[in-house]
Amino acid sequence: MTPPKIRFADVEKTFALRDREFTALDHLTFDVATGEFFVIVGPSGCGKTTLLRIAAGLEQPTSGSVHVENTQSGRPENAMVFQGDSIFPWMTVFDNAAYGLRMRGATTAHINDVVGHYLDRTGLRKFANAFPHQLSGGMKQRVSIARAFACDPEVLFMDEPFSALDEQNRTVLQQELLRIWDETKKTVVFITHSVDEAVTLGDRIMVMSTNGGRPKAFIDVPFDRPRSVIELRSSPAYGAVFHEIWGHLRDEVAALDPAGGVL
Amino acid sequence: MLPSAARRIRKSDEVQRDRMLGILSPVVLFILWEMLARLHWIDTRFFPAPSSIAGTFSQLTLSGVLLSNTWTSLQRLFFGIIIGGIPALLLGLLMGLYRPIRAAIDPLIAATYPIPKSAILPLILLIFGLGEPSKIAMVAIGMFYPVVINTTVGVMQIDKIYFDVGRNFGASRRQTFTTIALPGALPFIMTGIKLGVGMGLILIAIAEMIGAQSGLGFMIWNAWQILQVNTMYVGLITIAIIGFILTAILNEIERRLIPARAERT
Repeated sequence: MTPPKIRFADVEKTFALRDREFTALDHLTFDVATGEFFVIVGPSGCGKTTLLRIAAGLEQPTSGSVHVENTQSGRPENAMVFQGDSIFPWMTVFDNAAYGLRMRGATTAHINDVVGHYLDRTGLRKFANAFPHQLSGGMKQRVSIARAFACDPEVLFMDEPFSALDEQNRTVLQQELLRIWDETKKTVVFITHSVDEAVTLGDRIMVMSTNGGRPKAFIDVPFDRPRSVIELRSSPAYGAVFHEIWGHLRDEVAALDPAGGVL
Repeated sequence: MLPSAARRIRKSDEVQRDRMLGILSPVVLFILWEMLARLHWIDTRFFPAPSSIAGTFSQLTLSGVLLSNTWTSLQRLFFGIIIGGIPALLLGLLMGLYRPIRAAIDPLIAATYPIPKSAILPLILLIFGLGEPSKIAMVAIGMFYPVVINTTVGVMQIDKIYFDVGRNFGASRRQTFTTIALPGALPFIMTGIKLGVGMGLILIAIAEMIGAQSGLGFMIWNAWQILQVNTMYVGLITIAIIGFILTAILNEIERRLIPARAERT
């Protein structure tokens, strides 16, 4: 068995509120395997984004640590696809996608090669010289994805990358992401509040609870790769997994539904 | 015709019309002025006819007086803009990026900014003497404030997510400066530069009126002393033209540097 790619060890994060301490993450410990597409699903405010930001080094945990196993020196440890607009409006699509490589001092030839490849894979080639304000929301997220893949990180973090998109665009981008991911088999930690999205993309899903920021369940997704996003959703097994996750989320969501009638 | 196409044509008609109006209004004013002067309805000792000012203009141009004074003023303006603008830009970036620096410098700027720059002239003359440095210093002071203030605000309004992206993709401190803070603040910086250049032009004219032997300000002041009213007007018009050209140049630079703005206008 290969060693885990990412090891979350007793990660705790607390925030000081005016009158009390709020625990966003309550001593989380779990591993993500090499090449695994790991999805964290949970309602808003369950601490999933905080967890990812800690893993990415953008925030410090109150205690505990996140360790990423490096296989190759010189490669960036992680790259993040952020939620919402995160591509620089003052750079062209190409320059945005090349950002990570440029910051690491890659050669022009290498940049042209790799960025060109990912612009092709994301269908952005003909927009290479366009500026972000000329692009749709879906196109912008493609740039963000190309940027993250282009710098060839050890692991990829994705923080609700498709949450601002409409249903159709989201489905198309999910499929594109799976296609690119199938080629690279990178270890991914993907955050979403959509159960659909979690089941569609993930190998393994961690369901988080609202209160206290604890994992509620780990669920293995039994589908083969490569997957077709649309066909997957028509299979009975899909419904079963979907239902199972909802089972774990039911208590969480019930708190949001004062009438108590929906579930 | 498609409605959007029709709207576009109407839009370009409007642009055309606005441009025509912009040219027409000064022309009408000049004609009116010329007529009033010729009819002696206004005192031509104070308001000489535009045609006679134009005569003086070409005369001063041919003799080289106007050009040499203009050139002197432009040089002072240029050095003042550089000497005041670059430190202001760097300080503004630092203040925008680093809270402690902002906390330390901001009160100083807030306290000294409202002092009329022309009121500092005697002090500047005392420190730098009557030569070139005092003129350049005046322009530099005029340039400094708008640039530092606008740059600071410009950096502070950059969405935090872009700095997260920089950190995540391993941007060094210097790369954060050049790839995020500077381009992100650029629209504000350009506004600061435009205001600063305008202020510089005002201050160079004032500085040259006192304790200078050359430059457009000197030319105007000297013309007043020897009552050559036409020459005075030539000086004023030249300053106006310089202001107009500098604004046009800066607008063009802005248009090229800031892609999103180019699209909108």
